Amino acid sequence: MALRKTRISALATLLAATTASGNLLAEELRLITWGGYAPDEVVAQFEEETGIDVKITLSNNEDMISKLRATGGAGFDLAQPSQDRIVGVQRQFNIYKPIDYSRINTGQLQASMVKATQESTALDGQSYGVPSVWGTSGLIVHSSVADTVTDYTDLCDPAVAGKVSYRLKRPTLIGFAFAMGMDPFAAYEDRDEYQSIMAKVEDKLIDCKDNVKTYWTGGDQLLSLLRTGEVTAAMAWDAGGWKLNAENPDIRFVAPESGALGWIDTFAIPRRSENEEAAYKWINFVMQPEIAAKITNASGNFTASKGADEFVNAELRDAYRLSFDEEAINNIKWYPPVPPGLEAMEGQVLDRVQAAN
Amino acid sequence: MNSSVSRFSLWLLLAPFLLWIVLLVLVPHLQMLRVSFQVRESWDTLAWGLEQYQNFFSESYYWRTFVRTGVMSLFTTFLTLLIAFPIAWYIARLARGNSKGILFLACLIPFWASELVRTYGWMILLRESGLFSSWLQALGWVDGPVEMLYNDVAVIIGLVYNGLLFMVVPLVTTLDGMDESLVEAGYDLGGGHGTVLREVVIPWAMPGIVSGCIVVFMLTLGSYLTPILMGGKDSAWFTQQIFTQFITRFNWEQGAALGVLLLVLSSLLVWLGLKLTGQSLRKVMG
Repeated sequence: MALRKTRISALATLLAATTASGNLLAEELRLITWGGYAPDEVVAQFEEETGIDVKITLSNNEDMISKLRATGGAGFDLAQPSQDRIVGVQRQFNIYKPIDYSRINTGQLQASMVKATQESTALDGQSYGVPSVWGTSGLIVHSSVADTVTDYTDLCDPAVAGKVSYRLKRPTLIGFAFAMGMDPFAAYEDRDEYQSIMAKVEDKLIDCKDNVKTYWTGGDQLLSLLRTGEVTAAMAWDAGGWKLNAENPDIRFVAPESGALGWIDTFAIPRRSENEEAAYKWINFVMQPEIAAKITNASGNFTASKGADEFVNAELRDAYRLSFDEEAINNIKWYPPVPPGLEAMEGQVLDRVQAAN
Repeated sequence: MNSSVSRFSLWLLLAPFLLWIVLLVLVPHLQMLRVSFQVRESWDTLAWGLEQYQNFFSESYYWRTFVRTGVMSLFTTFLTLLIAFPIAWYIARLARGNSKGILFLACLIPFWASELVRTYGWMILLRESGLFSSWLQALGWVDGPVEMLYNDVAVIIGLVYNGLLFMVVPLVTTLDGMDESLVEAGYDLGGGHGTVLREVVIPWAMPGIVSGCIVVFMLTLGSYLTPILMGGKDSAWFTQQIFTQFITRFNWEQGAALGVLLLVLSSLLVWLGLKLTGQSLRKVMG
C-alpha cells in the first residue's frame, strides 16, 4: 500500500502543479467523458445558467481508469466510466468517492436503470455510479450480407472473408462466447469455468482471423471502412450503425441472435474531485429530458433520463425501432460488474489472438 | 567572487538540461525499473519478484513479438540505408548550389507534419478504395480493387519513410567531408566502381552509416502509430504490447517489465552492431 502511495503522489504533485494555476480563476468543472456526451450546445447552456466553466477531456474506459489511477483520483471533477468497470477498479485503485444519492434528482431518471446501476456499482454498502447513457454492441451489416451474418460467429463465414472487422477487446470475447452457446456472465465468479470458456473463444477467434480485414481500434476508422464498402460486416456499437444508416440505408445495425451486449455509462465522482458541487449540478442538468435528448441526438445513444425519447429526432427513433423489436430488447445481455483478475485472463487471450498466424 | 559567479551561471545554464534528464528521463526509468520487480499478490498487497520477467520468456507471444519487431526493424534499417545512400550521395557530391539546399529541404518538409498525418497519407494511398488501387484499375492492370494496406510490406513502407531523413542527414554530413581526390585516386589505381565504393567510399562513410543506422533502428523499434495503423490484424509490435499492458490491462507491472526489456535488449543489439562493424560509440557520435 505504502509503495503504491509514493508512486501515485509523485505523479500527483506534477499534475497538481500544472493545474493549480487554473483554480484561481472562475469556478470550473473538469469532465472526462466520451465523445458526444457533452455536446457544445449543452455545455454552452450549462455555462450560461450556472456560470461554471466546463473543461472537457475526451476519453474511453481504459484511458479514464489509467488517468485517474495515475493521480489517485485527481485531475477531474466528474468521470463517466461504464457501470461494469467501477467496482473492480475501485477495489484495486480507490479512485472514486461514493455518490450521495440525496443530491441527485432521481425523479427524472428511469427507476429500473437507477436500481440496476446502484446495485452493480455497490461496494461496502455505498454506490459509486449514477446511470447516464446506455447502448449496445451488436453487428453492423451491409444489406448484401445481411442474410449470412445474423450472429457474431457468422463473421467467420467464408462468404464474408476479408470483409470483416471487429475489435480485439473484451466485448468481442463476450459476444463470441454467447454466440457459441456459452454464458460467460454466469461464469464470472468461477475462474476455471471462465478460463475454459475463454480458451474455446480463443480457438474460434484464431480460426476466424483469416476472415478479418483488420481489427478496428477507433470509431472513425471503423466508420470509414464500412462507408467505403471495404468492410461489409462488423461488430460495433449501435450508435455508429445508426449514423451510417442515415447516410446509406443499405447499412444497418442489427441485434445478433444471441443478444446484443448492453452497457450503461455512468457518472462517477473521482476521489479527489475539487468541485463536487458542480459535478452534481452537471448530472442534474444534463439528465433533464430536453437536455438528455440533445445528447442522444449528438451521440446517437439513448440516456437514462425519463421522457427524453419524445424530444429525440424522429430518424434516430426509427432507426432504433428497426434494430430492436420487443424480443431483441428483452434479449439484451447487460454487462455485470467485472470481478478483479478476469481482465488479466482475457488480456492473455487477446494477446495470443493478436500474435497468432 | 568572479569564479563563484561564473560557476553559478554555469549551473544556471545546465539547469534546464539537468532537470530534463533527471525528471523526465532518469526518474521515470528508475520508477519503471522498480515497478517491474513488483508482483501483485492480491488486490492490495505487493511483493518483490521476477514474475513479470519470467512471463516474457514463458509466454511465447511476448518474445516472439519482440523477435519479430527486432527482425523487421533491422530489415527496415537496412532498406532505409539502401534508399538513403544514393540520395545522400547525390545531395552531397553531385548537386551544386541552390539545388543542394532545395533537395535537402525536400527531404525535410514531410517531417513538418506529424507521424500520424504521414501515416494517414500512406493509408489514403494504399487502401482498397485508395489512390493506387484506383489508378491500377484505371490503367486496366487489375480487374478489381487491390488491398495494399494491412500487411507487413505496408508497415515497412511506412517505417522506411519515417526513418529516411534520419539516415540522409548523417550520410550527407560524412560524404560532404570526403575529399574528391580520394575517389579519383581509387580510379587511377585501377579500381572499378564496385571496388572504389567498397574500398574507399564506404569505409569513409562508415561513421555516418553506423550513426544513421542506430538512430533509424531505435526509432523504428520504438515506433507505435505506423505499425498499428498500417499493419492490420497480424501487426504485433512490441511497443503496442507495452501500451496495452499499461493502458488497457492496467497491468503496470508487466508493462514496466516489457519496457525495461525493450530498453536492455535494444541497447544490446546496438552494442552488438557496433562490435560487428568494428565501430565505437565515441567515433560514431563524433
